[in-house]
This record gives sequence, C-alpha cells and structure tokens, in this order.
Amino acid sequence: MNMSPCATSRSPIMRRCIAAILCCVAVSALALFAVSGAAQASAAPLAVKILYVRQQIEQAPTLSNLDPVPEDDGYAGAIVATADNNTTGAFLGQSFSLENVPLPAGEVAPETLDEILGRGVDLIVADMSDAALLKMADRPKAAAVLIVDARSQSDVLRNARCRANVLHTMPSYAMRADALAQFMVFKRWTRWAMIVGQHAPDQSFADALRASAKKFGISILAERPWLENADMRRSASSELPLFTQDFPDHDVLVVADETDDFARYIPGNTWLPRPVAGSEGISPVVWSPAVENWGAAQLQSRFMKSAGRTMRPADYAAWLAVRAIGEAVTRTASASAPDVRAFLLSDAFELAAFKGRKLSFRNWNGEMRQPIPIVQPRAVIATAPLPGFLHQFSELDTLGLDRPESKCTKFNTEGP
Amino acid sequence: MRIVFLAVLAGFVGAQDAAAGQLWVSNEKDNTVSVVDTQALTVVATYPVGLRPRGITFSHDFKELYLCASDDDQIDVLDPASGLTIRRLTSGEDPEQFALHPNDTDLYIANEDDALATVMNVKTGEVLAEINVGVEPEGMAVSPDGTIAVVTSETTNMVHWIDTAKKQIFANTLVGQRPRHAEFSHDGKQLWVSSEVGGQVQVLDVATQSLIKELHFAIGGVSADLIQPVGIRLTADGSMAFVALGPANHVAVVDTKSFAIKRYILVGARVWHLEFTDNEKMIFSVNGASGDVTAIDVARLEAVKSIKVGRYPWGAAYHP
Repeated sequence: MNMSPCATSRSPIMRRCIAAILCCVAVSALALFAVSGAAQASAAPLAVKILYVRQQIEQAPTLSNLDPVPEDDGYAGAIVATADNNTTGAFLGQSFSLENVPLPAGEVAPETLDEILGRGVDLIVADMSDAALLKMADRPKAAAVLIVDARSQSDVLRNARCRANVLHTMPSYAMRADALAQFMVFKRWTRWAMIVGQHAPDQSFADALRASAKKFGISILAERPWLENADMRRSASSELPLFTQDFPDHDVLVVADETDDFARYIPGNTWLPRPVAGSEGISPVVWSPAVENWGAAQLQSRFMKSAGRTMRPADYAAWLAVRAIGEAVTRTASASAPDVRAFLLSDAFELAAFKGRKLSFRNWNGEMRQPIPIVQPRAVIATAPLPGFLHQFSELDTLGLDRPESKCTKFNTEGP
Repeated sequence: MRIVFLAVLAGFVGAQDAAAGQLWVSNEKDNTVSVVDTQALTVVATYPVGLRPRGITFSHDFKELYLCASDDDQIDVLDPASGLTIRRLTSGEDPEQFALHPNDTDLYIANEDDALATVMNVKTGEVLAEINVGVEPEGMAVSPDGTIAVVTSETTNMVHWIDTAKKQIFANTLVGQRPRHAEFSHDGKQLWVSSEVGGQVQVLDVATQSLIKELHFAIGGVSADLIQPVGIRLTADGSMAFVALGPANHVAVVDTKSFAIKRYILVGARVWHLEFTDNEKMIFSVNGASGDVTAIDVARLEAVKSIKVGRYPWGAAYHP
C-alpha cells in the first residue's frame, strides 16, 4: 500500500522523479539487450545497408520567414525507420544501417552518380530532384539497384517516364489531388475557383487538380495566376480581397502553392467568405502532425523524441521507404535488390503504417498505394478514399493513376 | 481530492459485494471508468481515473481493479467497492495492455512507447524485470499454467514468447501486420493472435510456436481492408471464439474445432475489446467510435442492447 512520492501529484518534483526512473529503465534495458542479443546470436546474421542519397533542394524565396524547411527534412524519418528495423532485426539476427550521401543542388555529374552506384550497396532511398533521380536510375550501373524514391511527387515519373528500378513512397500530385476532389464531392463543394503559383511544383499540382476536377465532376469556374510582386505580410488584408473579388461565386477557393510562398495569407482575406483548400487550409497530405489515429500517436512521439520536431510529409515518406525495405528483408531473409523488389511488388507485401489500412505497391508503376489524410493544421478532417468511392480491386486505387490509364510499360518486364 | 461522480444507481446491488455483476469499462478519452450493471444493462457509476485509461483487469480475487493510465505512465489500482484509486504504481512509459499471472502478483505490462515489457509485483510496485521486445508492444497474455507470457509488437509484427521463470524471451514468431491481441486457449495449447492491419487471426501451437490455422473474415458490403481484428475471447468449454473486427463494426463468432466462421454480429462502431459476463451467458463488445458497449447473448449469438458509456471506451473487465 506504499505510495511512492512520485505518484502523488503532477508537480515538478514528480516530473524529476519520472525522469530519474526513466533513466534507470534505460540503463537496465541496455544491459538486458546485451543478454538477449547474445542469446539470439545463433541466427544467421544479415547486415543490411541502405544509402540515403540526399540532394540539396533549391528553395524558392517565400514571403514568410515562418516554418523554414528543417535541415534533416526526410532524413530524420529514415533514421527512425532504421531504428524500428533494428529493433525487429535484433530478434532475427538482422541489422540495418543508413548511410547519408549528400549531393549538391542542381545538375549532378554522371561520374558522381556512378561513384555512388559503385559502392556495392544495391538498396537506395532517393531524396532527390526529379531530373537527378531519373539520371541516376538510367545509369547502366543502376540496372541491378533498387531505388525507393521518397521525395518526388511527379506524375510523369509514375507514368510515361517510369523506371523499373524505381519505386515511390511519396504520393504523386495526382493522388493528393484525387483525395481532395473526393472530399469536395463528398461535401458537395463542387464549384471551385483556383489560384495557381508560378513555380514548377505549383503548376504540376494545378495540372493534377484540373485532371481530378474533370475525373470527379467538379467545375473550376475561374483560375488566376498568383502575382509575385505583392508583400502579403504587410498588405494581405488589403490586396487579397481585391485579388479575389472578380471570381464568380464558388464553393471553395483552391490554391496551388507547393512552394509555401503566398497561400498562408489567403484564409480570412478572401472577398467572399469561402473555405480555402489545396496547398493551404483543407490540405491533402501524405502525413501531418495532426494524424493521431490508428496508433499514429506512437509514431509521432517516437519521431519527436528522435528528431526534436514534428514529423513532416518528407519524413514520413522516407520512413515508409526504409520500413518497406526492412519489412521485405524481415519476411524474405534476403537483402538483395531483386529479392526485395520482387517481394515489395508482390501480393505478399503489406505494411502497417498508421493510416488505418495496409499499404502496398502498385505493380504496374511502382507507386505506393496509401490513404491520404485531408487535414487542417490542428486536426484531420477526413481520410481519402472517402466512403462511397468504390473500386473493383482496391478503394485505394481510386487515388492517382489507375492501371487502365497508366502509360508505364517498364513493369511488364522483370526489374533488377 | 478526488471527486466521485455517481450516476444512476439502478437495479440490485449485491449486499455482500457492491461490485457483483458489474462490467468495468475504461474510457480512453474521458479519463474515467464506466461501471455497467450487466443485469439491468445500465451504467450505475462513473469514476475518475488517471490519464488515457486503456488496459483493464481485476485481480483474481476481484478485490482490486488494475488500469493502465497510459499518459500518466502508471497503473492505477482501484477498490471496486468504492471506485476510489487506492494506489498508483509507476509502470514504465506508456503502459497500454497488461496480463496478470495466475499467481495474482506478477503483472506483465506492455510499455508501448519504450519497446519494453515490464514485470511488476502489483502488490508492492516492485519492478521484477524489464524485457526488451519489438516496436510498440501491445497484446499481452500469460498461459493458464503461468509458465509462458507472450507480448505482440505492433510495428515489429512479432509474438515474443517469454519464459516467466527466467523472465527472458525464448522464441519469436513473425505474424501478420500490426498484431494487437493475444489470447491463450483455456487448455493452454493454442495461442490466438489478431493482426489488425493484416486482417487475420493466426492460431499458433504453443508447444512449437508454429502456425496451426490462419483465419480470414469477409462481410458483405464491408471493404476487406476495413476488417481489422483486435480483441479475442474464447469460451471456457473450448467451443467458440469471439473476434472483434474494429471498423468493420462486427464481432465474428468462430467454431474453434472446425475454424469455420459461424456468425457476424453487428455491434457499435470500431469495436476493439470483448469481455464475457455472467458465466459466459453474455459477451460485451467495447465500441470505441460510438462510445458504447454492446451486450451479446452467447446462446443466441445476437446483440441484445448497446449501452452508452464514456468517450472512446477501450476495454472492459467483469466482476462476477
């Protein structure tokens, strides 16, 4: 019946007490780990190395200084996934390591790529520009390598310019746009006005939004390109009402601003009282700190402990890439690129990834099929696919390029 | 000081034991337990407990109720007669589920955030052992003879088999994606394991830790990947298993001899855990998203009534 002094209140003393206890737990846990590690040593050991090729990304200038992109955006997720793989691997005699391979922004010399591909590591997670990714995938030395792309959202890389040795864990623009369109149909907000930024990612997302609108019967009543010569920090409240005044009446204002430049100033400043969606407001994302169901709170807290910040979309896509490889190694007891690739593209592969449904890869273009949360900054609003959007094989295939419309032909032949 | 909220006091309250015939339900997002009179099928009391209550079980003599207060990193011990918290045990980080050894003393606790299983003397609060397990340990069970404890790890996708005498892992079995719950058969020969995201229940042979049977479920009009098994309960006579199917909103009834699915019973939304009451005449499903429990008549295999409890009820324990 003794009550420990730690358990009586939520005072600062109690917090220190908990910290002390946790510290003891950590030390004794390490000791036990050594024992259990030795006990398992009889299993055939398998050391798995993954290269994380991380190209610097040229950030376009943005109006706001808030929310800078963290230095370890993406990579931090791969670190957590490697730790997860190692915890599992410890029971099977498998160990995982991640090597960070930095690349400068811009064009990458073929010799640089060949040097990376010549290191004898055939499992690569790519956090690169579309051009550099494609260039690496097409090097002769890459033919026997498996590249899991955890950055690019390009639709063309999953379609006409797909590559047999490249899988994708970041959802495409088309998947995100379809998710948003399904939500809008569900809400019957089917009359859109649209504002489109001038950078290439903005244009790509806008293309995907137009295609989704057509696919799901949504009318884009008017569209305006964003002007770059306005200082929104000072005058959003005076400029934006005028900028949006000429739009015909609409249900929702959709914004394509993938470079995070101007869209944050739009909500609350529109001429008509309408919700904002797309890159801002009601947003379709692969991941957000607001995702908490299906055990997601555990991943969020694990990530926060490891990285000291909240988990961003690129972190989650990189976590998926490294976990998918880990799952394939665990299930097949092989770390060779052909075995991992074959397993990932097979019906046997499924990954629990805190989104309420199992994730797998589309075997016609190598893209991961996954639910897309529709979020606002502080909560999940809905998760696509929305109820009622049916599919003959998987409801997840209502998002993005489906098999009948795919122009990817590289997956008919065997890969690496 | 703690404030006790007493809701409607209805039906018979046993003269000898105030808690007789009650189902205690942990409400994850209300920080309370709801007490359901299983005869009157009404909530008779609601008691405040620690933060984010999830795993819930009685001591074998029913004199104490143990509750994982996950966000307080402790186990609350309640007096079922008064509903008051009589002790709190520091459990290691984020306790989610636990199982009480037949010796009525050793509590095996899954520390979800720490990839750790903690064995604690629940009478004294002494930590007897900490065992490294896979990522996000959740399901926890102790064999009827007390020799084996198992823990399932949700992201590692394994069952870890622990020798309770040595308090060490002696085997690991890979199972389906996101294993949530493990349940020994009453004869101790089988272990039933549910995999929430994999969508299957695997029946393992305890002697060899190998697969006997993999069960799959199909309900007309429900998308296959929304069939997500979680809670499992097996009847004492070894004839039937009940499996809660999560967002499929049904409980499956399995013939444990033929492994055929006998029936799907519609209950509330996002059903996770199950508990027998009244000598297995009834089984209650705990429905998280609809915030209620559904009483199922075991002989007729029909839902009788759903009873509103707190927000996001997680699990339940019965006091006979």
